[in-house]
Amino acid sequence: MATMNMIQALNSAMDVMMGRDPDVLVFGEDVGYFGGVFRATDGLQKKYGLTRCFDTPIGEGGIVAAAIGMGAYGLRPIVEIQFADYIYPAFDQIVSEAARLRYRSAGDFTAPITIRTPYGGGIFGGQTHSQSPEALFAHVAGLKTVIPSTPYDAKGLLISSIEDDDPVIFLEPKRIYNGPFDGHHDRPVSPWSKHPASEVPEDYYKVPLGNAAILRKGSDLTLLAYGTMVHVGLAAANESGIDAEVIDLRTLVPLDVETIVQSVEKTGRCVIVHEATRTAGFGAELSALVQENCFYHLEAPIERVTGWDTPYPHAFEWQYFPGPARLIEAMRRAMGG
Amino acid sequence: MTNRQKLSLHIPVPPARPGDKPEFGGMRIAEAGAARRPDSGVAAQEIADLATTLIRVLDPDGRAIGPWNPRLDPESLRGGLKLMVLTRAYDDRMFRAQRQGKTSFYMKCTGEEAIAIAQIMALDRNDMCFPSYRQQGILLARGYPLVDMMCQVYSNVRDPLKGRQLPIMYSSREYGFFSISGNLGTQFSQAVGWAMASAYKGDDRIAAAWIGEGATAEGDFHSALTFAAVYRAPVILNIVNNQWAISSFEGIAGGEQTTFAARAIGYGLPGLRVDGNDFLAVYAATQWAVERARANLGATVIELYTYRAEGHSTSDDPSRYRPADEAKYWPLGDPLARLKAHLIANREWSDDDHVKAEKEAAETVRAANREAESFGTLGADSVVSVKTMFEDVYKDVPAHLRRQRQQLGV
Repeated sequence: MATMNMIQALNSAMDVMMGRDPDVLVFGEDVGYFGGVFRATDGLQKKYGLTRCFDTPIGEGGIVAAAIGMGAYGLRPIVEIQFADYIYPAFDQIVSEAARLRYRSAGDFTAPITIRTPYGGGIFGGQTHSQSPEALFAHVAGLKTVIPSTPYDAKGLLISSIEDDDPVIFLEPKRIYNGPFDGHHDRPVSPWSKHPASEVPEDYYKVPLGNAAILRKGSDLTLLAYGTMVHVGLAAANESGIDAEVIDLRTLVPLDVETIVQSVEKTGRCVIVHEATRTAGFGAELSALVQENCFYHLEAPIERVTGWDTPYPHAFEWQYFPGPARLIEAMRRAMGG
Repeated sequence: MTNRQKLSLHIPVPPARPGDKPEFGGMRIAEAGAARRPDSGVAAQEIADLATTLIRVLDPDGRAIGPWNPRLDPESLRGGLKLMVLTRAYDDRMFRAQRQGKTSFYMKCTGEEAIAIAQIMALDRNDMCFPSYRQQGILLARGYPLVDMMCQVYSNVRDPLKGRQLPIMYSSREYGFFSISGNLGTQFSQAVGWAMASAYKGDDRIAAAWIGEGATAEGDFHSALTFAAVYRAPVILNIVNNQWAISSFEGIAGGEQTTFAARAIGYGLPGLRVDGNDFLAVYAATQWAVERARANLGATVIELYTYRAEGHSTSDDPSRYRPADEAKYWPLGDPLARLKAHLIANREWSDDDHVKAEKEAAETVRAANREAESFGTLGADSVVSVKTMFEDVYKDVPAHLRRQRQQLGV
């Protein structure tokens, strides 16, 4: 075991997999010699050589296309898109190509690729460094969408993603790369080293895709979250006096519906939180699923706490970001005032 | 503002529209044999002229002349001609099948047969192809079963792609034929990735990709040339310039100011502009690019200058946007007729041989079609189980798809 922040855990996952499998390689903008703008690939080029971890031109469409071609050859590439906000030039390659290759070729060709990308707000990144595009990918048949919330999960989920034979969109909540941000932006940042989930095995292990984690048992309501919002949710649960059961979804597709349903059947109330814009966000899918599966157990309308339906603003970071205050308000509404 | 010239917007228009006399007068056509043939190890910047000329081998009398003459043996040439004849027979049969309501859609490659056939002959069997949708000749040249191609077109019970793909979007890993997408251009940059993988593994296989001149406007084209140049990927990047992207002439894709082969120059890649209806020139240029790629010198861009002699697809009526008889005026002729004339000029072929080859091809296609139709045609009962609709979305069927399959009741 070692104490790792999320960046170190991600780095360790790639290191372990590159060590185990010569068909795993890593590329993207600035990931080679420099080790990535967030340092996630630090040292990999030095350790494994130029051809295993290298820089690419600034061309996300080309990066993902190259990965698909390599996947068709039989490699297992990991690519980094520097910010999720920059992933749209690759959207066609992801949606029309990677996601459908297995289907359209009846299993003849596959794209076992992992697309890592930092996402989310809370860093004063403005509208080009703060977006949460997970719903766009969760909507696409053929993709898996994974979002860790701790160093331990980050490594275990990334290894599962790399080994997965389907294309995985691996969204990294960059606000919690260095510490579990609870949404209280006015308080000192707590480093991962004070959090138990920073204890990470140095060797190979997996956290399976499709299993949610119940991070806090509770009986009053079910709080569904992923990424940074898991920590905001835990803070809100602890500060509100409401005994919330906090579920970290960990993967949006495949989704652990069973864990969600069991919890809501028990609590009868559900609050969903995400940073992404509200309309047609992943919360809408969660809300519909809860309604379909738990209607007769529900004692209050399902609440959604989300980013506003605006581009991510620079100056109004904390008015936009769904922090603990807004979450607690919604939890109180769900409890009936 | 007052003394400045008023600006005006330029919209390219083709030289002839329906009712006009077909017009190819502005075309610069280099004489056969005129283009120089440098060593395939030449530096890209030294051969910019080959991106604007037209590499041609067959002269008007059917003689093979000049430094690009690949000196193929007669048996190979006869084989190539027969494969082109077969391609045309296959196209004719499948086009008719669509008109008979046996399938929804078909695309012929009439006039472009030399491209896939000659290029495959210059590649190894294990080299990987990333085709666009008009290179059915690749599968024929590699001996992929005609019946399987037809079953794909018919989306029947024996369709290797289980009824999931539009007709002609074939896929066969075994035959080195990447799944056709239908989203134009995407395969071009994927081919570069495949080639990078081959180089990474120290393999000796190379990749070849095809794109239409129209789709070179897609970002994937730029990605492909950039990545191919940066990583010296062993890939042949073919631009099939057949003059028409559905109803848009090559000028709409940027063909007025320069050639498509010349796109290579800015990337530091060699670009060859080739008479795509000259079987020998296509073979020779491809062979040159193959040599270069195998020597680890990276990618070559080849513009195959040709003409789409038929409609874009069975859904298209080209007489709505170009002179109905334009194909007859295409100055570079028909690839089958030209190779046939060459073989006859060399006394390696005769009109009788040709008639016999056409009959054989028609019979081969007829027999294959009988068998394919015995497995059903589109809309008939004979389709794969609808259960399979939920398979291959992921490697394993996930819980939510199992539930949806149950909802459908299958």
